[in-house]
Amino acid sequence: MSEFINGLLVAADAPAWLANHRDAGSARWRDSQKPTRKTEAWKYTSLHLLERDFAAPGPVEPGTDALPDFGGLKLVFVDGQLQGDLSALALPEGVQLVQFADADAAQAEQIAARLGSVVDADKHLFANLNDANLSDGLFLQVAANVRLESPLHLVYQTSEREPAFTVNQRLLVVLGEHAEANVIEHFLGASPAAFTNGITELVLGAGSRLRHRRLQVESGGAMHIGGVHAELGRDSHLDSFHLALGSELKRVDIVVNHAGPGAHCDLNGIYLLRGSEHVDYHTCIEHAVPHCTTDEVFRGIMGDSSSAVFNGRIHIHPDAQKTRAELSNKNLLTSTDAEINTKPELEIYADDVQCAHGATVAQLDEGMLHYLRTRGVDRAEAEVMLSYGFINELVDALENEAMRDYLHPLLAERLTRDTRLTRHLV
Amino acid sequence: MLKIEDLHARVDDKDILKGLSLEVNPGEVHAIMGPNGSGKSTLGHVLAGRDGYEATAGSVSFEGKDLLDMDTEERAHAGIFLAFQYPVEIPGVSNMEFLKAAVDTTREAQGLEALDTVNFMKLAREASQAVDLDASFLKRGVNEGFSGGEKKRNELLQMMLLEPKLCIMDETDSGLDIDALQVVANGVNAMRGAERAFVLVTHYQRLLDFIEPDFVHVLSGGRIVRSGDKSLALELEDKGYGWLEDVA
Repeated sequence: MSEFINGLLVAADAPAWLANHRDAGSARWRDSQKPTRKTEAWKYTSLHLLERDFAAPGPVEPGTDALPDFGGLKLVFVDGQLQGDLSALALPEGVQLVQFADADAAQAEQIAARLGSVVDADKHLFANLNDANLSDGLFLQVAANVRLESPLHLVYQTSEREPAFTVNQRLLVVLGEHAEANVIEHFLGASPAAFTNGITELVLGAGSRLRHRRLQVESGGAMHIGGVHAELGRDSHLDSFHLALGSELKRVDIVVNHAGPGAHCDLNGIYLLRGSEHVDYHTCIEHAVPHCTTDEVFRGIMGDSSSAVFNGRIHIHPDAQKTRAELSNKNLLTSTDAEINTKPELEIYADDVQCAHGATVAQLDEGMLHYLRTRGVDRAEAEVMLSYGFINELVDALENEAMRDYLHPLLAERLTRDTRLTRHLV
Repeated sequence: MLKIEDLHARVDDKDILKGLSLEVNPGEVHAIMGPNGSGKSTLGHVLAGRDGYEATAGSVSFEGKDLLDMDTEERAHAGIFLAFQYPVEIPGVSNMEFLKAAVDTTREAQGLEALDTVNFMKLAREASQAVDLDASFLKRGVNEGFSGGEKKRNELLQMMLLEPKLCIMDETDSGLDIDALQVVANGVNAMRGAERAFVLVTHYQRLLDFIEPDFVHVLSGGRIVRSGDKSLALELEDKGYGWLEDVA
């Protein structure tokens, strides 16, 4: 893999602190061993699509697609570039929202102190690439005891353009003690020339609560390798929901470090694939301290000749007594050519813990199917309804009604192109 | 309407029905009683067409057509409704979506005009009121987290919307308190009519205090061993099922 994403995107000018961060990332990227299919963490995901030249995106036009409204603030990035002006936003007191390059001295200091601090650079190669290409990013800080109630909806679009280009997306969220926020990351686009490298860092202070949604609605030729890295302080609460529609290449690493006792994490996700699409979710929950809890549920439906990977690791360190951690991954294959590689990994080094994990490749439930048919619904429609329900159960648990309304037709449309079979859904 | 002749059926290689015969005409209410394991629920499942319930001999015709030759959904379209003893939970599919799909596909197959969404919602809300289920249940997943009584009332709700010709109610009364039983019975009684027949499968006589049957049959060992009018139910209540050992 000699030509692996050659040509780093060298941003012309950057503040010294950012340039330093970038240079360190460049060095790590340069010195790192690039993954192949023999690399365990990349066993089922080929990166051959990245063996070519990627340029930095040029000037962009504002997107014209109609975007859903989830309430709250909406920021739109096209090919990584923010449309509009952050300084025009009316933010509650105690909330800072700034692009890295525009940070003032005090903000720069805060960003520099936190940026990369919750990412294990040795394990997450693409975070190094993101560092190396860092020309900008978004910093959200919510001060102690401040509540940012309405969602911050971040739309990341890619445009149709040639030649191939990299979108380097970076988000750093820092919540002070007992702060609350609601962040939606929403990726759109179908360009086969766009490679998105999106890294998100979530730092939760003691007692803080973050509701985080990452909707990867990119389709078609889109390529995205991303990571979400979270650190949970004492008694903090992270509620993180993920969705990935299949595309040419999609890989997301989610790492949650329970760093303070009493922290709780709800981590849920769904993936829906068809054609020859690929999605790879790697999740890793580190329980380093006692009395933390994790509830993790991922579900996927693979059709046609698509392939998905789910690797869910829960690591309970020797000091993490009284941990409760549950992981469930259920998959439906709707075609004999579709593939799922699922692997839950539970590593437990403490003795007083409650842990459960399960990974299944399920069939549609015959009892449910029969029930629907006794009510007159024919088998084909009943199968689609049940597949939809299998996934939608997690969507219906989302509190944001506008988001549910936005996702319902996307799910239905992904299950079958025959609208007769989905006419009673959504 | 329904004619069962010498029906034999097996489940998992075990013979359950062993020569059951029964004729049900429009307007009639038949109660089928019997001890556990006598084949009561099997009869309902065979009539509804559940996989794994295999009719090995005999015949079943519904309005002159061979019922056993029809797919499950075709039987529903023909006008047969089975109210389940254990209604199935389907998380992620709302009750409303489910009901609309059932009514639409059934009406379509019956050559009836489709109901528009507004009219359907109105009907569904009226029906849910009639069975004493709060309208919020229409938005929840099908039977998801419903109590036993709520599930049974939801079965009745479906029955009211689908307007079947033959309603087979499999132990609809089991697990219901008196209030819920009254609601279900009122619903059934309101649906009784010259064109519609009911087969009430039950273990207890109690249900028949609320829904008066025209005929009572005792099922034992996979066949009907006695038939009579409603007084037979009272006799069973009095004597229990123990005496059946001798007849069976």
